[in-house]
Amino acid sequence: MIPASFDYKVAESAEHAVALLTEHGDEAKLLAGGHSLIPMMRFRLATPTVLVDVGRLDDLRYINADNGTISIGALTRHSELEHSELLAQSCPMMASVAALVGDPAVRHRGTLGGTLAHSDPASDLPAAVLALGGTIVARGPGGDREIAATDFFTGYFESALADDEMIVEVRVPAGGAGWNYQKFNRRAQDWAIVGVAVANAGAGVSLVNMGSTPLRASAVEAAVASGASAADAAAVAAEGLQPPSDLNADADYRRHLARVFTQRALNAAGVA
Amino acid sequence: MESITLAVNGTERNLEVEPRTLLVHALRDDLRLTGTNIGCDSSSCGACTVLVDGQSVKSCTMFAVQADGADVTTIEGVADSDGTMHPMQQAFHEHHALQCGYCTPGMVMAAISLVEEYPDLDDQGVRHGLEGNLCRCTGYQNIVNAVLAVAGSGSEGSES
Ligand SMILES: Cc1cc2nc3c(=O)[nH]c(=O)nc-3n(C[C@H](O)[C@H](O)[C@H](O)COP(=O)(O)OP(=O)(O)OC[C@H]3O[C@@H](n4cnc5c(N)ncnc54)[C@H](O)[C@@H]3O)c2cc1C
Ligand code: FES
Ligand code: FES
Repeated sequence: MIPASFDYKVAESAEHAVALLTEHGDEAKLLAGGHSLIPMMRFRLATPTVLVDVGRLDDLRYINADNGTISIGALTRHSELEHSELLAQSCPMMASVAALVGDPAVRHRGTLGGTLAHSDPASDLPAAVLALGGTIVARGPGGDREIAATDFFTGYFESALADDEMIVEVRVPAGGAGWNYQKFNRRAQDWAIVGVAVANAGAGVSLVNMGSTPLRASAVEAAVASGASAADAAAVAAEGLQPPSDLNADADYRRHLARVFTQRALNAAGVA
Repeated sequence: MESITLAVNGTERNLEVEPRTLLVHALRDDLRLTGTNIGCDSSSCGACTVLVDGQSVKSCTMFAVQADGADVTTIEGVADSDGTMHPMQQAFHEHHALQCGYCTPGMVMAAISLVEEYPDLDDQGVRHGLEGNLCRCTGYQNIVNAVLAVAGSGSEGSES
């Protein structure tokens, strides 16, 4: 289907993008890789009247390491994460999870800032950023603020970003050793039916598609911290969670998958 | 309307498009390059795959305005001007990697990009790499054979 009409504005800088968002209010949306927004616009699930294209802001496409922190520009594409030598050395989990997003053509366009802002509970990279204990840097009219990934995802496709804020950078601690990512799906190229990300030998564990947001599996983390075995820690993976029921899986099956894949991910991350 | 300039198959083309015009529609309807097919129109099938600045992109999931200033290569642009087929086209031909041919333009463009991006492709690598391109006819085996023939020939990658 053809999307509804909109005005197209090219942002010259992040500040310019924020100014355009401020000017046009909630009628406006940022366009990064477009690989979540354009499908939604084609189905008329989203009908913004102004699109602010930040996809040309090449100065926000970078991956740097400094003092144990990896800083990634918001417009960095999934394929750039996947092939980054620096990430392969300093934070391989980000590169490996990026390589599992969609297919190569999707990874050539989709951006890290876009996938975080989109806040889809079924998406892969938000889970990695959560498990690694990352931070999101948002630029607004009043300057920059840092939002811990744990505080970022507030509801179904909703984040802590204000209407006039733009993600400019994502930071994750270097390392993350003792990590694993399990993505369970049935169709090639698809989103996870359930996914589990483990970082730092179980100190950070997050779940994909097990609720209305990408979420931390705090019960599993606490069990690992208190010395529980992987099997015992995984047994509490679905505790207190309300996963969705859909064509692919009902809620009980998702709870089962969360337990199974949490145990596999913990084992693969070195938790016995 | 927006004025955009695309270098399509090496030729600069100026277009007036509505911002909501998808790249695939600009190529097919405005430039009459109908080799690029529309299969699903929902980003899943890859029939519409073209190269934008050398990388595979689903042209139904990109606005034409986003490609302003970019190099766009479609299936019409991969053979030599004297008609010699691109090695990937030749391999598809030799390995009988198509039946109805509907998926083929997108499949060839995705495969050209794939062997550029991943130098050491094996059978599984090709299968994963073409996950975003659906074929309803062939069962994929001959497509995989064709792509492996190019990947292994050293004409694109660094395979020894
Ligand atoms: C066929 C297909 C398969 C896919 N498979 C997967 C998959 O397996 N796993 C997965 O995780 N994802 C998958 N995706 C989604 C893909 O990862 C998207 O690229 C990503 O979710 C959004 O990134 P984007 O840059 O394309 O954002 P856009 O679509 O441009 O934007 C998405 C939303 O974020 C906002 N936004 C974008 N950038 C910023 C910013 N810097 N600051 C603030 N707001 C911003 C936009 O306004 C919009 O609301 C798939 C997509 C497709 C089309
Ligand atoms: S038509 Fe573009 S992916 Fe199917
Ligand atoms: S040859 Fe018919 S869809 Fe692939």
